Amino acid sequence: MAYYLTKRTIWSAVSLFGLVVFVFFMARLTGSPVDLYLPIDAPESLRADFERIHGFDLPLWQQFVGFLGGLLTFDFGESLRQGLPALDLVLQAMPTTLLLALYSIGTALVVAIVTGALAAWKPNSIFDRIATVLSLLGASLPNFWVAIVGVLIFSVTLRWVPTSGTGSAAQWVLPVLVLAIRPAGLLVQVARSSMISALSSAYVKTAQAKGAAPARIIFIHALRNAMLPVITVAGDQAAGIINGAVIVETIFGFPGVGKLLIDSIMFRDFAVVQAGVMVTAVAIFVLNFSIDIVYAVLDPRTRGQ
Amino acid sequence: MTTQTANPERPKPALWSILALLRRDKFALIAAVFLSITLLAALIAPPLLGGTGIDMDLMARNAPPFELERGFWHILGSDSLGRPILARILIAAQTTLLIAAAAVALSMVVGVTLGLIAGYRGGLVGDVIMRLTDIVMSFPSLLLALVVLYIFGPAISNVILVLAITRVPVYLRTTRAEVMEIRNRMFVIAAEVTGASVFRTVFRHILPMVAPTIATLMTIEFAFVMLAEASLSFLGLGVQAPEFTWGVMVAEGRAYLATAWWLSFWPGVFIALVTMSLNLLSNWLRIATDPVQRWRLEKEVASDE
Repeated sequence: MAYYLTKRTIWSAVSLFGLVVFVFFMARLTGSPVDLYLPIDAPESLRADFERIHGFDLPLWQQFVGFLGGLLTFDFGESLRQGLPALDLVLQAMPTTLLLALYSIGTALVVAIVTGALAAWKPNSIFDRIATVLSLLGASLPNFWVAIVGVLIFSVTLRWVPTSGTGSAAQWVLPVLVLAIRPAGLLVQVARSSMISALSSAYVKTAQAKGAAPARIIFIHALRNAMLPVITVAGDQAAGIINGAVIVETIFGFPGVGKLLIDSIMFRDFAVVQAGVMVTAVAIFVLNFSIDIVYAVLDPRTRGQ
Repeated sequence: MTTQTANPERPKPALWSILALLRRDKFALIAAVFLSITLLAALIAPPLLGGTGIDMDLMARNAPPFELERGFWHILGSDSLGRPILARILIAAQTTLLIAAAAVALSMVVGVTLGLIAGYRGGLVGDVIMRLTDIVMSFPSLLLALVVLYIFGPAISNVILVLAITRVPVYLRTTRAEVMEIRNRMFVIAAEVTGASVFRTVFRHILPMVAPTIATLMTIEFAFVMLAEASLSFLGLGVQAPEFTWGVMVAEGRAYLATAWWLSFWPGVFIALVTMSLNLLSNWLRIATDPVQRWRLEKEVASDE
């Protein structure tokens, strides 16, 4: 296990480095930010000054070496747009996105496990069929459209929740629900099928023979074993949740990493884009790493490997 | 291939018997019919419509849906320039489906080829391929696509390319996993021992075994890519005017959300319906192409009659 995790950490570091190199050179291909930050009629001397101050006049390889040097001390440079250290901006925005992702995947897991377990209890029952169709529908809905329709119904028409912002708890309800729908749809199906196979196993038959109550059989005996595939798929959904967060943050005006990155890409704020990409990739790596550990704790069979 | 058809005991299911299986699964049948109609409409509607859907009519600005006085095409309402929404949805269907089909085909060909190499050859080449895959997969695809599209400009060909690149790993990993399992089976070893070339072994003996899984995967991926394109277009870095897709239509309608909900609503409904049909169809396809599970469908056929 330790060997596997070490190997994985090293490979992830290599991947991360590749990603950083990719983003650095890609970002430079978009052209100099000078045109975007200075007026068109700015004198040549002013443009040269701007380039010199921010280091854009150096050859590309020198910029890259400087960038790598900064990486070692967690210095990603300053944001052109806001004049603050890029990493600070990203780290300020990160908790919002992480909370959004956490609440959403939590909601999706609870909905999926309860619905999946109940649907698996009597396969092909009315409840099972309705749950299957609804979960397929949930997995098929475009989240930006759900967000818009949600705003239309609950904010514009019914005026139950505000349209944007993060100030009050009510403002979190709609974004979290919108973000939870697709993973929930997918996870219901995973939970259902793994519950069906868990319920047909010998230890469940034994529990039934002993006369255990259905709730006890589902939630105590079968669920623990049915959880593993659900957790795997939930982990795979993490990157998808960040994708969705970009959209949801844009629509609901959430000051998260997704919105920050989109704004920074639009304004050629290289430093913030690089810091944002790096921090997001690290966050996803940490998440996958912790899922491996959770897996080892839940499933004794994987511990030896 | 000749050896397979020469074997009378297990004939391959002909097209009609697959259609017979489809006829028995009501959901899959409805999905297939809906997809066929949409595809047909996308092919024949744009030339037949002429100027309908493109010509502006300021008298019909934001005309509400379900009113027939302006003619059949206005049944779903009109947009901010008085163009009938139903006609525009049909025109957009062509672009939407074309982009998704091209992206799916491209990522499938590249992914399956690399997966065959990584799975059959393995070794250093296989390792390098897998590590490159890890880089692509270690980061949210939407953000990666946004960065790349911002650099190269949001043309349709770039959208296809970006979507294809971000989805290659899915085919690659699936193909590699299947190939690694198949390549040690007796019939592959027999082919190698009797002197079949690498080309022949891979394409005649291994690829047909992987094909059903890939077909199922392509169906789900089509839905995924369509949603991804819609998201990119919604964020403004996908398809640009004068071309438009369903995602663009949802984005354009957002400004009129409070006064004319139908502008955003209907295109989103079509995205959801097509995605859901594809999901239903891939569920059915997974069972129908699996000899171990096909009896489930065949049994229902038998019990119905």
